[in-house]
Formats: sequence, C-alpha cells, structure tokens
Amino acid sequence: MTSVKTDLPTPDLAKTEAHAPGALLTPRLPGDLAIWFFILAELLVFAVFFIAYAFARARHVAQFNESQLTLDLNAGALNTVLLITGSWFVVLAVQAAKRDATRIATRWLAAGMACGFGFLIVKIIEYSAKFGAGISLSTNTFYMFYISLTFFHMMHVILGMVILAVLLVKTRQGAYGSHDHHALESGAAYWHMVDLVWIVLFPLVYVMR
Amino acid sequence: MNILQNPANRTWIILLIATAITWWLGESGTAGSAGSNAVFLMLGLALIKGRLVIYDFMELRHAPTLWKILLLGWLSFVLGMVVLAYWIGMK
Repeated sequence: MTSVKTDLPTPDLAKTEAHAPGALLTPRLPGDLAIWFFILAELLVFAVFFIAYAFARARHVAQFNESQLTLDLNAGALNTVLLITGSWFVVLAVQAAKRDATRIATRWLAAGMACGFGFLIVKIIEYSAKFGAGISLSTNTFYMFYISLTFFHMMHVILGMVILAVLLVKTRQGAYGSHDHHALESGAAYWHMVDLVWIVLFPLVYVMR
Repeated sequence: MNILQNPANRTWIILLIATAITWWLGESGTAGSAGSNAVFLMLGLALIKGRLVIYDFMELRHAPTLWKILLLGWLSFVLGMVVLAYWIGMK
C-alpha cells in the first residue's frame, strides 16, 4: 500500500491510460492484488461458518426455528440498510477521489464510517437485550452460532472502520486522487466484503426458516 | 434521471428494495408459512444483492474473469450449500 504525494510526477503510462475513454473495457482488478487474496481468505472462513450453521440447523430444525423467533428482525434489517448504505458512501468516496474532489471524498468516507458506528450501536443494543435475557454461547446450538457468527462479523466491521479512518486521514492529506487511488480502492474492497458477508448472514440467521 | 446514471446509485436502491422484501417475509410470517418458496426467494434475493455488491461496489464488473469467477463462485457455492442443508432439513 504505497501512496504517491500529489506534487510528484507520475510517469506511469499504464495509470494514465486507465482513465482514457473506453478504459472500462480493459479488464482491471481494483486496488492491490494482495487485498483480494486477503478478501478471498476471509470469505472462505465465513463460508465454513455459514455452511456449518446450515447443516447444524438441518439436525435441529425445531430448535433453530424456535430460537430464531427471539431475534430482533428489525435490528437485523436496520443493520443491513446501514451496511449497504455505508458501502454505497464509500463507492461515492472512491469516485470523488478519482476525479480529485478530495474534500467530497473525505466527507463520503466519514459518512461510511458513521454507518459503521450506527451498525455497532444497533448490535450492542441487540446483544445487551439477548445477554440481559440470560442467553449465552452455551444456551443452545442456535445461539452458539448466532452469537459467534455475528460477533466474528462485527470484528470485521470494526476492522473495516479502522481502515476507513486511515483512508480518511490520508485522503484529507491529498494522498489519493486521479494520480493514485490503489490503497483507497483496496480499503474500499475490504469494506464491501464486510457488506457482502452480511447480505448472506442476515437472511440465513434472522429470517430463513 | 441524472442521479440514476451512476450505477452505484441504482445498485443502492435495488439493495434497499431487496432488503425490504427479505424483512417483510420475516415480519409478516411468510418466511415460515411459505416454506421452501420463501427460502428460494430469499436465497435468490441474496444472490442478486451479492452479485450487485461484487459487480458495482467492489467494481469487479470489468475485472479479469478469474476474479469474477472466484467471488461469484463463493456466493453461489455458499447459497447452494444452504439450499442443500435446508432440503436435508425438510426430509
């Protein structure tokens, strides 16, 4: 994740060509290759979790259906809205940075982080209600999965927000623009991965029965 | 409308609508009463939503085919395994 200062010339012709009309037709992986391997590794861990949940449910259908009814569907849906909106804000931030609208990009990144904060607040309210009702990891198989899966995902939301905070500071300093947006795209891709995982998690754990 | 020319804006609106449908299926109790139809509908919506996030948010629509296959493959594989597990649970 290197950053190029705004005052430095960018002799890299490939980067200049990437902004030429019709450049969209040339296949291009946004951000650094390394972040995509990292995203892939994260997705595989979540895949194992989701598949384990689904097959555990197949053996305890009644228990899963009964326990699922105690979950706060509104909180789950609200958190989905917060994550997809947070993701959208970060897309707008990257688009703004690419056209050198640094101040606008900074604002969209802050808005994306605000959505992350909203997600955490909803999650904490949801957890305190569950823990207050005496529910724990050892209550039953469903709650073991519900708590561990959502907690593991929440850790990723927090990491995503740390990444957004770093990107926000660097964007404000003018590190990203039409000359260089690799690190910004990499961080954004991670943030979208957190959204993608929740898009599977929400129907699976909160709604499907 | 000018605002809809940005694919990211269109994607955001579709994601919100799909989320509202999933929420309604749970809230109205349809998720329980409609059985496998509701499961397929929700997985279909998750597939559409996931594909939109991968293509328009992660910007993989114009990425090398390998990366599109890897990400869309992950989504399809996970949702496919969930279908299998639910089918086993119904037997």
